Amino acid sequence: MNGAPHLLLLLGGVACILVLATLIGQVLRARLDPQGTDPVIENLNARIAAWWGMVALLSVAFIAGRGGVILLFALLSFAALREFLSLTAKHAADHWSLAAGFFVILPLQYWLIWLDWYGLYSVFVPVYAFLLLPVVSALHGNTKHFLIRVAETQWALMICVFCISHVPALLTLQIPGFEGRNVMLIAWLIFVVQLSDVLQYVWGKLIGRRKVAPNLSPSKTWEGLVGGALSATLIGASLWWMTPFTLTQAAGMCLVITLMGFFGGLVMSAIKRDKGVKDWGHLIAGHGGFIDRLDSVIFAAPIFFHLTRYWYSAV
Amino acid sequence: MEGVKAALRSAAALATGKAITLFARFVTAPRALWQGIEPTYAQRVYFANHSSNGDFVLIWTVLPAALRARTRPVAALDYWLKSPLRAFIGREVFNAVLIDRRPEERTEDPVAQMAAALDEGSSLILFPEGGRNSGETPLLPFKSGLYHLARMRPNVDLVPVWISNLNHVMPKGKVVPVPLICTLTFGAALRLDPNESKEAFLARASSSLLALSGEAA
Repeated sequence: MNGAPHLLLLLGGVACILVLATLIGQVLRARLDPQGTDPVIENLNARIAAWWGMVALLSVAFIAGRGGVILLFALLSFAALREFLSLTAKHAADHWSLAAGFFVILPLQYWLIWLDWYGLYSVFVPVYAFLLLPVVSALHGNTKHFLIRVAETQWALMICVFCISHVPALLTLQIPGFEGRNVMLIAWLIFVVQLSDVLQYVWGKLIGRRKVAPNLSPSKTWEGLVGGALSATLIGASLWWMTPFTLTQAAGMCLVITLMGFFGGLVMSAIKRDKGVKDWGHLIAGHGGFIDRLDSVIFAAPIFFHLTRYWYSAV
Repeated sequence: MEGVKAALRSAAALATGKAITLFARFVTAPRALWQGIEPTYAQRVYFANHSSNGDFVLIWTVLPAALRARTRPVAALDYWLKSPLRAFIGREVFNAVLIDRRPEERTEDPVAQMAAALDEGSSLILFPEGGRNSGETPLLPFKSGLYHLARMRPNVDLVPVWISNLNHVMPKGKVVPVPLICTLTFGAALRLDPNESKEAFLARASSSLLALSGEAA
């Protein structure tokens, strides 16, 4: 992957941010909470530690190349789907359609991305899985809550397989003058989305007062949203020279993906509320589950993919 | 020669055990909630709801290694001795206390076997429903084994463990598991009161387990 110099720069920058964050976290703990009992500071430090792990994992995948990136996101899809389907309505009659979701639909979707078969991977889950999986459930006969069961399963597949797979799908775009550097699209997208999440959290903690959706999430404030989205856009746009976009185009893209990321957090919070859970899972210390960390990427990735494909791709 | 063979067997058992716990973690990402008791070493009888053959594997997986090494599942002899592979897994890997469910054919009393395992210092994993529950009711009526064991060894803590979601992961008769997250909730320990009747004790044990499911009214 020839995005190497830019990729190294971006990863180096992220490492610097994390070093700084780690220092701040340790100073806060030493100054305010030497006993380690303040939940906010402990959670902050757990989050920072988990960030190191996530960045390391992503770096390894980038180094491994296209196969590594596709494999990593297939595994993330698996972990996300496991979290999502743990909460949805199901019946023993759905056993084979659920198993097919994990062991047929998911691998096929990523295999199609590996083959670069755009015509099929962009409709595979929304058309073929959508029509065929309910047939499997229907053939097993139980009709109780049938629509709820098949609809929730389809939602899980759209969110956890279809949407997440659009991150590695960015590698298949052919942008004139940007050949061999597609990995930067992924690195830049994830950087901007996650930076926006972090900055929304920071701005919200510092000056957040008016809640955007008090019924959904007590931590999402207008101050956090505006401050976070604008500052992430500013930083993301300043890296336009790593992307195929001009400065203004990069700023526009940043606005779209930070907003989509925010909406992703909002919608996924609504689902958590509906299902009566606080987090999607427990495997990422400090953050919760995989979907808790990926919700904004899930909503931003397909839109970013299609905007980039429509305006910049040759095919 | 015999020594080498035995060492190989126990190494194979260790590796198989590791592989099974890794697989269980991959499929169900099991999470232990120590709600009423801490995961410290003490002799215990863990009793849990039973909806799948994976049940004791999950309890075994989430126990800290030091506890796991001294915890033996109580399992059905007719199931676990059916093939050489099952026998190897049941005996060598899980070191199960194999009991005969057929009263007319058995030569050993199951409760005496469990008590003997406790006397050797082991903890036990027990499914008091007797068989797998594949119906809609969350918990089947308990068999009396738990009561008789509690009467024979009244100083051992009985710990209820509620296993959620596993009935969806691996319903009875299915071979392909659906990977879903399972939660194991460990409740507060209970013991038999000196004057408690069998029915009262079993009802109390059953409701203490059901209370952990979050489904109890």
